[in-house]
Amino acid sequence: MDLKAILQSAQGAVESAADERALEEVRVRYLGKKGELTALLKGLGQLSEAERPKAGADINAAKNLVQGWLASRKDSLGASQLAAELASETLDITLPGRAKPVGGLHPVTQAVQRIEDIFVGAGYAVVTGPEIENDYYNFEALNIPAHHPARAMHDTFYFGDGLLLRTHTSPGQVHVMESQQPPIRVICPGRVYRRDSDMTHSPMFHQVEGLVIDKGISFADLKGTVIEFVRLFFEKDLEVRFRPSYFPFTEPSAEVDVQCVHCFGKGCRVCSQTGWIEVMGCGLVHPNVLEKSGIDSEVYSGFAFGFGGDRLAMLLYEVDDLRMFFENDMRFLRQFN
Amino acid sequence: MKFSEKWLRDLIDPGLAHDDLMYELTMAGLEVESVEPVSGAFEGVVVARVVSSDKHPDADKLSVCQVDDGHAVHQVVCGAPNVRAGLVTAYARIGAVLPGDFKIKKAKLRGVESSGMLCSAAELGVSTDADGIIELPEDLPTGQTLVEALSLADVSVDLNLTPNRGDCLSMRGLAREVGVLSGKPVNATGGVVIPASIDTTFPVELADPQGCPRYVGRVVEGVDISRPSPLWMTEALRRSGLRSISAIVDITNFVMLELGQPMHAFDLGRLNERIVVRRADEGEQLTLLDGTDVQLDADTLLITDTAGPIAIAGVMGGERSGIQADTRDVFLESAFFAPLPISGTARRYGLHTDASHRYERGVDYELQTLAIERATELMLQIVGGSAGPVVETVSTENLPEPVQVRLRQRRLNELLGVDIEPEVVDHLFERLHFKLVNRMQDAHEGVIWTIEVPSHRFDVSIEADLVEEVCRIHGYNNIESRMPLTHLELRKVVLERSTEAQLKAQLAGLGYQEVITYSFVDPRQVDLYDPTAQPMTLANPMSSEQSVMRTNLLPGLMSALQTNVARQQSRVRLFELGLCFVPGEKLEQVQMLGGLIWGDRLTSTWHSRSELVDFYDIKGDLEHLLNWAGVKDVEYVKVKDEIMHPGQSAEIRLGDRKVGRIGRLHPEIEKKLDLPHPGYFFEIAGDTILVRPRRLHTQISKYPSVRRDLALVINEAVSAFDIEKTVREACGAVLIDFTLFDVYRGKGIDSKEKSVAVGLTLQDPSATLTDAEIAKHVNHALQALQQRFDARLR
Ligand SMILES: [Zn+2]
Repeated sequence: MDLKAILQSAQGAVESAADERALEEVRVRYLGKKGELTALLKGLGQLSEAERPKAGADINAAKNLVQGWLASRKDSLGASQLAAELASETLDITLPGRAKPVGGLHPVTQAVQRIEDIFVGAGYAVVTGPEIENDYYNFEALNIPAHHPARAMHDTFYFGDGLLLRTHTSPGQVHVMESQQPPIRVICPGRVYRRDSDMTHSPMFHQVEGLVIDKGISFADLKGTVIEFVRLFFEKDLEVRFRPSYFPFTEPSAEVDVQCVHCFGKGCRVCSQTGWIEVMGCGLVHPNVLEKSGIDSEVYSGFAFGFGGDRLAMLLYEVDDLRMFFENDMRFLRQFN
Repeated sequence: MKFSEKWLRDLIDPGLAHDDLMYELTMAGLEVESVEPVSGAFEGVVVARVVSSDKHPDADKLSVCQVDDGHAVHQVVCGAPNVRAGLVTAYARIGAVLPGDFKIKKAKLRGVESSGMLCSAAELGVSTDADGIIELPEDLPTGQTLVEALSLADVSVDLNLTPNRGDCLSMRGLAREVGVLSGKPVNATGGVVIPASIDTTFPVELADPQGCPRYVGRVVEGVDISRPSPLWMTEALRRSGLRSISAIVDITNFVMLELGQPMHAFDLGRLNERIVVRRADEGEQLTLLDGTDVQLDADTLLITDTAGPIAIAGVMGGERSGIQADTRDVFLESAFFAPLPISGTARRYGLHTDASHRYERGVDYELQTLAIERATELMLQIVGGSAGPVVETVSTENLPEPVQVRLRQRRLNELLGVDIEPEVVDHLFERLHFKLVNRMQDAHEGVIWTIEVPSHRFDVSIEADLVEEVCRIHGYNNIESRMPLTHLELRKVVLERSTEAQLKAQLAGLGYQEVITYSFVDPRQVDLYDPTAQPMTLANPMSSEQSVMRTNLLPGLMSALQTNVARQQSRVRLFELGLCFVPGEKLEQVQMLGGLIWGDRLTSTWHSRSELVDFYDIKGDLEHLLNWAGVKDVEYVKVKDEIMHPGQSAEIRLGDRKVGRIGRLHPEIEKKLDLPHPGYFFEIAGDTILVRPRRLHTQISKYPSVRRDLALVINEAVSAFDIEKTVREACGAVLIDFTLFDVYRGKGIDSKEKSVAVGLTLQDPSATLTDAEIAKHVNHALQALQQRFDARLR
């Protein structure tokens, strides 16, 4: 058989091999120990010495040619097999993943954490205190003696034995001043209690109290701090106004009104058409309060402020009924996750 | 404090429109809470006189009247019982519009023509009096619009006054304040002196001069109690939120509103011998004007006569000595009571009256004579009679002393953070009627003012009070804002503690939703979830459902669960971090973390069927949290706990301390709560889970570890914890990991036993373990298990 014919049939066989096993059979048929090209090499001895070199070279070239065809056919067979495998593993990538449902924090917690972050960034420490207080910390130490008419402003829950549920977080101030010398920069977040319940009042709610005591602290510092806080908290450039008010533990005392975050002062349901929303009370710490806690009011001065965590959360998240916060309906709570 | 704006403007013209006046009041600390018109909106209503009134021919209760409205006489059919010839009343002409957009048209009533309508006060929104048509003073000119005749172009303003501003609880005080704000002159109130025309007096003795340092009294004889209060006075009272009662009571109320001095009128004929102002004897009794009987305590300041108490001083008068239909002679009281005894009394007896409201905030102690003269003037005008001399009984040494207060310019500017010119302060003091006693220049302090506080300002006694007054009148919003200057101090971050925020983030990551529940709960809930507890009980709860303090977190968590189950939630995971209140010798307010799971393990999706949660779900979550915190050596111990499933619950222990519990609610409780599936919860002390023990590096062995698995047959009662503990003790430090990866009961295993597969991972820090060494360690473990629990290899 001549070399040309062998090459021709080998090429055809390689191309028609359907898989790797068929291809191996082709290799054995031509290049194996008993293969056709191998047989030709073995027959070289029968040729003359003059013919031998050329014939040998031709056979080896043919062998290399067939090896090349085998290799390239092997590559292409592998690629199409992989493609078939991949095709069979295709998923619907729009089906939902195998996720664990995530929980979340209560909106009031989130608002209070936001408040904390703003103040902690400026070097305020966060302190907490007991919720059942005695008369001294809730009233006396804050310049509200027994029979003071201001007590009527606090609808207090009592236990007897002089114990009560704190009506504000201001007792936190007293605990701090008793245990620490100025400079003092703290905020005290926590639950407070008053006998009151309607759309905007709950018998339990959250307050965040702030206190700064140092040399040279002034009303101007209080205003700057409060205004800056309001604007940072709401991320809006809101108007803020201060109205004279009265708290026995601060003097001068102020109520703070913020331009309605909802209508920007035009008047709407949220602000009862006034364009303003009352958000906190504040003032310079009354000298009697400083002195009662052992701080020299001639040397130091300070300011204090207190606002409702729930109230700020309501405004931030546009919740219109305070009681929603304490119903704990997951459909409501999940909106803030 | 409710008042008529028109009344205020009669006393001062502030040169401000209504809106500006309201704004100025609010910004001066006298917060305007509401503004309401003093009548309904109507037009076409005029003053008219009933010329004649005859019975309707076909209706018993109707009258046919001829009414003169100043232009013509109209026939009007009227159903009011008080309609009569000569009555001056309100007439709505044809075409008039009454409140509620009610148009008056010509009508026929039972066949008789009626042109217009005679109106009651209620129909005009002037008061709620609907008993008959309005009765107007006879001297009003017919044809005048009712709005003009009654000055109805007015509003009632309600101020939310802070307790320090008792001086503004009168028209005189408000006018004075508006004068300070506007700089405009104020008209005088009172000041007419009524000379005595008779000599009659009634003796007064001050037995408690601290409580009552000044008592001014006066007798008025021969009054005609049947005469009604004039319309201008009842209107003034109404617009200030007070009801008209009788002429004499109305007069005392009017003077209180006008001047700020509470007054009381006694029936002189019912007083015995003399008045003594004294403290009560324990157990004395008094029937008050409103008919209630009170048992008096020894702290109560009383007005008495020789027959006993006749009034609680500054709070309320008694029935026995009050003005009655047959009263002829009156004894007027105008006293100064110290604030303290009155406020205590009003609170103790739950009697909050207009008088006590003023006394507890402080009444001007120089006002009493002025007020009694004003009341006498009005009495003689309205009910007639003859006045005796004004008798003042006073204990001068017990009257408040005029206070002198010093203000330093340096301090003022330091505290406000601004530079206010001394001349501005001078001017402010002048407007406030603060009498300048001294003004000096000091090298260090700048100007030092010493002023005397007027008797109507009970809230000014120290320098800070003056700083506030200057700030208030200068305007809070005229003070610049700035940020405090301070030294930059670094924040202390405690190493061995996590923040609450970090803990809550972990729980949220585990799928738990935070809830905030009330700290006060229903006592029945405490009975259910903590049957042996004696919770803290509120003396004045808002309702019995919120009357005791929670002793654990279950009441709130379980209520929240029920809420959500009722709202068709199929998968509930909740947590709360908050204080629980455990009474004992010393009340403990303990921060607890509680978690609750119920319903589906996962929301069911295309790749998983829904399965219900079980004990190991909640335990896995708690273990996750403990690992996160780094809390080691926690033990789960079976104990009897009435509220928990005896076979699916454990106490959580850390050393000797019980730090919490975990497991399933007792099925009896589940049944009571009507829960369709079991719920599982954990509760752990906040201080346990919020610690974060310091992590320290230990050298990681570079030699290989090997794992040997053992299948054991062991008594059913032996817990996983016991097996692990035994193996760990037997192997020592070479055992770097222990895992229990299979538990099998059933075929091939005795029913009192179970098969347990455990994996031991061994590693030596300093050498590769040889096969012999590995076998030795595994054997130690096996022997120990065999000795202690009779365990054997399967
Ligand atoms: Zn608005």
